[in-house]
This record gives sequence, C-alpha cells and structure tokens, in this order.
Amino acid sequence: MDTQTSNIETIDITKLREEFPILSRKISGEPIAYFDNAATSQKPLSVINAISEYYETINSNVHRGIHTLSEEATEAYENSREKARKFINAQNTGEIVFVKGTTEGINLVASSFGSKVVGEGDEVIISEMEHHSNLVPWQKLCESKNAKLKFIPVNDKGELITDEFRKMINEKTKLISLVYISNSLGTVNPVSEIIETAHSFNVPVVLDAAQAAPHMKIDVQKLDCDFLAFSGHKMYGPTGIGILFGKEKHLESMPPYQYGGEMIKSVTYDKTVFNVLPYKFEAGTPNIAGAIVLGTAVDFIERLGHENIHNREMQLLTYANQLFGEIGDIRIIGTAENKTCLISFIINGIHPYDTGSILDNLGIAVRTGFHCTQPLIEQRFRLPGTVRASFAFYNTFEEIDRLAAGLSKVKSMFL
Amino acid sequence: MTESKTISQREDQIVDDFSLFDDWMSKYEYIIELGKKLPLIDENYKNELYEVKGCQSKVWLNAEMKDGMLYYKADSDAIITKGIISLLIEVLSGNKPEEIKNAEMDFLNKIGLKEHLSPNRANGLNAMINKMKNFAIKYSGENVN
Repeated sequence: MDTQTSNIETIDITKLREEFPILSRKISGEPIAYFDNAATSQKPLSVINAISEYYETINSNVHRGIHTLSEEATEAYENSREKARKFINAQNTGEIVFVKGTTEGINLVASSFGSKVVGEGDEVIISEMEHHSNLVPWQKLCESKNAKLKFIPVNDKGELITDEFRKMINEKTKLISLVYISNSLGTVNPVSEIIETAHSFNVPVVLDAAQAAPHMKIDVQKLDCDFLAFSGHKMYGPTGIGILFGKEKHLESMPPYQYGGEMIKSVTYDKTVFNVLPYKFEAGTPNIAGAIVLGTAVDFIERLGHENIHNREMQLLTYANQLFGEIGDIRIIGTAENKTCLISFIINGIHPYDTGSILDNLGIAVRTGFHCTQPLIEQRFRLPGTVRASFAFYNTFEEIDRLAAGLSKVKSMFL
Repeated sequence: MTESKTISQREDQIVDDFSLFDDWMSKYEYIIELGKKLPLIDENYKNELYEVKGCQSKVWLNAEMKDGMLYYKADSDAIITKGIISLLIEVLSGNKPEEIKNAEMDFLNKIGLKEHLSPNRANGLNAMINKMKNFAIKYSGENVN
C-alpha cells in the first residue's frame, strides 16, 4: 500500500510529518512508530515554536498590567479563548473556561456543580467505560452525598446498552457524565441520543471529550450538552491546558472552584464579589503560554480539516484491522460499529506487558495495561490489561506494517 | 547446582551468560526461556499478601527458610517478568539472609537490564528486589533472636 500519501490530495503526509520533529527520532535503533496518540499526541513545529515565541516576545501576566506587554499577552490569551469557542461552536466566550485539562474540567464540574445539584438519595449516571477521571470524581461525590452512582452497561462489542440507560434514568437522576469516545475501546458513543433522553428528564449531561477533540468536529450547541471538557495535549497542543465548556446558565449558578487572584471583582476584609464568567473559574495566574498555544493547535487542526483527518485515520484503522486479522490469534477489545482510530487487543495467551516490551524493543510505541479504565478491562472484560495501538493522521501504512510484523514476532517468541 | 557459589559468583555467571548476546532481542529471548522454565508457585500464594506492588503485571513472591538458608519461589502472569524474577532467584535463593540483605545486585546494571527498562518497569524491578530483601530482613531478625 502507498506509504507516502493518503488518497486525499489535500494532505501530503510526508510533508506533514516533517512538521513533527519527534517523528524522526530513533528508538532502540529503529525509527519510532508512535502509536500512543490516545495518551498524548505529538506536536507540530507551529505549536513548539509558538511556546518559545510567547516567552520571547510577549511574556507578561494577563488581565492586570496597564503596560503594553500585559495587553498583548491578554489579547493573545483572549484570542485563543475565541478560537476555542469557535472550535466547539459555543455561544459565547464566557462559556469557555481554561483548565489544566479534561481531568480538572470534570473535577470542577463534580465539585462545584455536582455538590450543588446532587443530594442524599439522588443518583448520578455514568457508564462502565469511563476513564478514571470521569469515574472517581463522581464516585467521591456520591460517597460524600450518600447518593448512588449507576453505570450504563457495555455490550461485548464495547458499545453502550442504551436500552438499559433508558431504564435507569428516573426522577432521582441529577446528573449524567459520559465519555464521548472511549479511550480504551475506541467506541464513539451515541451522545446526542443520550442527551435528548436526559433532557426529557431535565437531567444535565457532562461530556468527556478528551478523545473526541483530535478526531472529530465538536458542536456543543448541536449536541446541546451542558458541560464538555477536553485537553490540549491530545489534539497536538501543549500539556497542562484544556477547556471546560459549560452552558452559561449553569456556570452562572455555580460557586467558584478555587479562590484567589483574577477571579474576584472586589475584595474587602469582610466580603468578596466574584468576577464575571469565565474569570470566576480562573483563579490565579493561568497557564498563559499553554492557553495561547492551544489556539495554535486549533489553527493546525483547522488547517488540515476535520474531514481530511477523519478520512486519513479511518484508512489507517481499516488497514490495521485487515493486517491484524491476517496475523491471527488476536482478540480485539472494542469492535463497535462507530469507532475511532484505535485498536485495543490481546494476543491470545500472551500478557500485554510482554507484547508491549518486545514492541518497544522494535521502536514501536504502544500502551499496555488498563488505560485508566481498570473496572472496564478487569471487571467487565476480565482481562489483565490490553495492548492499545492508537493512531493519528501522521502515522503511515508502513508503520502499521511494522506493527503487524512486530506482533508476528511476539507470537513466535511467546507461543 | 549453584548453592555452593557466593552471590557475587552467581552474578558474574549471569553477566558472562549475557555477554554472549549482542542485541537486546536475543537477551529478551533468553529471558523468555528462563521465564518459561521458572517453577510455578503454589496457587495458595497468589493473593495480595504475596503480591509485589508496583509491577505492570501481577507478581507473587514467597520465601522459606531451610537449614539457615532462604529459598524463594515466585510467579507472574507475564513471561518477561517471570524471566527477570528467575534471574533474581538464581542470584539470591539458597543464601543466608544476611548475605541477601547486603547483596548489591550489580549484575542488573552490568547486563544492561536496568538501563533497558523504562522507569515504569524499573520501578517494578526495584519492588521485586525490595520484597526479596524484606524477607531476608525478616528472617535474619529471627536468627538473631
């Protein structure tokens, strides 16, 4: 198969790969084949350069100084917020809160909104396929409120059983929090359908969009979700920055998550008046460089185009599925109809750790273990872990050939 | 049998064995062979009490004293891990607890194993060594009393 270009003329993969310096590194003497994109994506030069450019030219604290640098930094910071707003089609920038990442976004909602709306005897619904970051905050909230946490079950293909969801939602349900795309199975969940049902019971819905942001166009107005969180580093941006979207009416009603500078309007020794949205939720000096460069990552994705990225990634997935089928003895965990470009699997009879160790030795980066979804892998699928190869548009068919050859080698070594 | 050799002699033997391989794939193949040959631990010991924490794969380890010497048995659900434990047992098993306590385990650096493992996996290796040494500390205490 053609290793150089995708059949979409607008993407020249060879040229694009040159924008990612790390992809030319060697590991164990081999060119790296990076298949751990669901954990974090690699960064293009535009993103890498924008970080130094910020520190070299406009580094200054935002929303404070009267001086030029501070004004320039503030403008760049707020421009980036506007880019993020457009990226997910939120109504206004007051609904776009800069956070450390998806995890902080969800914790903010659980702590500030969850504490307010969930009481004793109430119920919160999540699913069996949640990442720990969308499970533990709700588990702790429910423990502290004496509320019940319910899980939408997952079928053997790794899809949500939505019939069960319709049976479990009731007048006690106060909140639903759901992963948009599963990080360990690849399943794209029918979130619109779930949101519609939830809203018919007046239940707000939080979406964990960490895996969705790099792979598909997100439209929060069309989805009508109440909250949505994603991370910059999984979408070619820097670590330590992400976005929490919240509908204005919810954010207005919520108490601040943290207290400090930036988030106040006025302070006396007796009383504090909080700042307007979204600043109410941005206490302290934020990750200014990260926030600005998140905008650069958005630019990068939009330059490529969501459709081009999607088409390329589906070609890679189809090719990998075909090769995996030819190798034999591979059990794929997560075979949903609607799936993103990752394959979670085990080679029958071989521990994921063993497979991952050998692949690493061949310069192939995969993730092994529970992928922060321990209950799903261990309790639901009864496995000691899986191997996960997660693709990005910059992966090549040749790299997938190497992965397949690596898996055949693993089979010959252990079986 | 290796019982008559000192810990450092046994370490040297392993360093010698590994010097025969010129790349890491061959070293892995050797470790996998050792892993497949490691005697199994009794199912009774496959519980939390005997589990080594900090490994990506499950590891269980037990030690018993016999005639003043400490003998280890271990198991793992991953073969490479078993192979690595097999090396540790080869070096430490059948020695006096005091000797085990003070063993430097230099051979792991000499064969390049520590350097080759990611920090994540090196943590697991250290956890195994610590668990083995803890048994030695426990039993050397009993000897003193």
